[in-house]
Amino acid sequence: MQYFPFVVVAWILGVGLYGIATSRHLVHLIICLIVVQSSTYVLLLGVGYVTGAVAPYYYDIPAHTPAVDPVVQALALTDVVVEAAVTALLLSFAIQAHKRFGTLDPQELVSLKG
Amino acid sequence: MTPGQRRWVFGLAVAGLAAFYLWGLSGLPGFGDYPGPYGFAILHLAVQQTNATGVVSAVNFDYRGFDTVGEEFILFAAAAGISVVLRRLRGERERSAIDEAADRDVPPTSGAVRMVALLFTGPVVVVGWWLASHAQTNPSGGFQGGVILATAFVLVYLAGEFMVLRRFSPVALTDAVEAVGAGGFAAIGVAAVPMGRAYLYDFLPLGQTPGAVSSSGTIALISFFVGLEVGAAFVLIVGEMLDQTLLIRGRDA
Amino acid sequence: MTAAVNAVHTPYTVPIGFMDALQITILVLVAAGATAVVLIRRPVHQVLALSVYGVLLAVLFLAFQAPDVTLSELTVGAVALPIILLLALAKVRKREE
Repeated sequence: MQYFPFVVVAWILGVGLYGIATSRHLVHLIICLIVVQSSTYVLLLGVGYVTGAVAPYYYDIPAHTPAVDPVVQALALTDVVVEAAVTALLLSFAIQAHKRFGTLDPQELVSLKG
Repeated sequence: MTPGQRRWVFGLAVAGLAAFYLWGLSGLPGFGDYPGPYGFAILHLAVQQTNATGVVSAVNFDYRGFDTVGEEFILFAAAAGISVVLRRLRGERERSAIDEAADRDVPPTSGAVRMVALLFTGPVVVVGWWLASHAQTNPSGGFQGGVILATAFVLVYLAGEFMVLRRFSPVALTDAVEAVGAGGFAAIGVAAVPMGRAYLYDFLPLGQTPGAVSSSGTIALISFFVGLEVGAAFVLIVGEMLDQTLLIRGRDA
Repeated sequence: MTAAVNAVHTPYTVPIGFMDALQITILVLVAAGATAVVLIRRPVHQVLALSVYGVLLAVLFLAFQAPDVTLSELTVGAVALPIILLLALAKVRKREE
């Protein structure tokens, strides 16, 4: 249990990279990129966890109860929403590439000389 | 490069990456043994310094407010980039949104979908608004509330048709709301500078009880503006995609 | 303030052994979910798998005591991202017909 979450992060990263490297469809590639991004959220939250502690919200628990690290949660929270918009931008590029070249296969797009 | 060769090259590269990763992993303190002093210092001081019981939102909008401004402007730039990339290219024409071939046999939206979407629109707007304005008490905040507000507009599209969505959220109005959200956040930060304080200093009165809606100064206000901006950005993104799918036609269609 | 605590008593805490077992189970499910999302090759099916993966990730974040990130991941990963992906796929498939 000491290092198991980090091993899972490495697994998700490796699997996502495999999907990106062997993809035949641009939208499949973008979804594998989403999987790679999700591995960083798990890593952030795994680093900040304190065994036996609660979430850092002191509305109805006594102040100074031991809680998990709030800074990595703040980072992960804004990350999740912003990466969705960046993914939408990537998808718009894929749409225009399909209009221009007629294909969505990244291995064919490499060899086209636009 | 054949797919087989591609897999071999990938396997070698990922083996190297995994070796470095495991080497770095062995230096970490282990899951659950978080040693860092910064997190514990913030937990110790946040509630009495900002009167906000939601420490994560206090970190997001007060202690690390500068990072949040940067993230929000990434969102703003992504929405603007989508509007630019999905413009009408040369050689395409834009159909009008009113259905001209009304005698085609398009299956109508089923009554169940329309009723459920109509029933849920009001509560979703209320929930999104509540989440965006209670950042200092609950696990909520402008980012989540904004996305839920944008989902309400998608429900409007499901219950009606594209023209109804356009009438509820014309592009000019959505652009203006997004600009007000982003500019408002930056303006609150700048407003602290003439008082001789740092950018994004919490200068509004902090309130009496920790965790009330009116407490914690600028955190609640910033969260509200962030909710406006994120909601408008997502409505813009979905609207642009719908435009592309429904209206813009290529040279041969 | 010490790093590791042994007993925090609030109405919301569970025994540490239970929390450990829950976290290990969800981590295994998340790894399986990521593998499934990558190995599915058709994008329309992959979008559904991504939606399920988003819900699994949200449960994982809840088990890591982060309700804020759970809410973000639920709204974005299970609702907003599949909407955007399906609209883009509809545009692309319409041109192929």
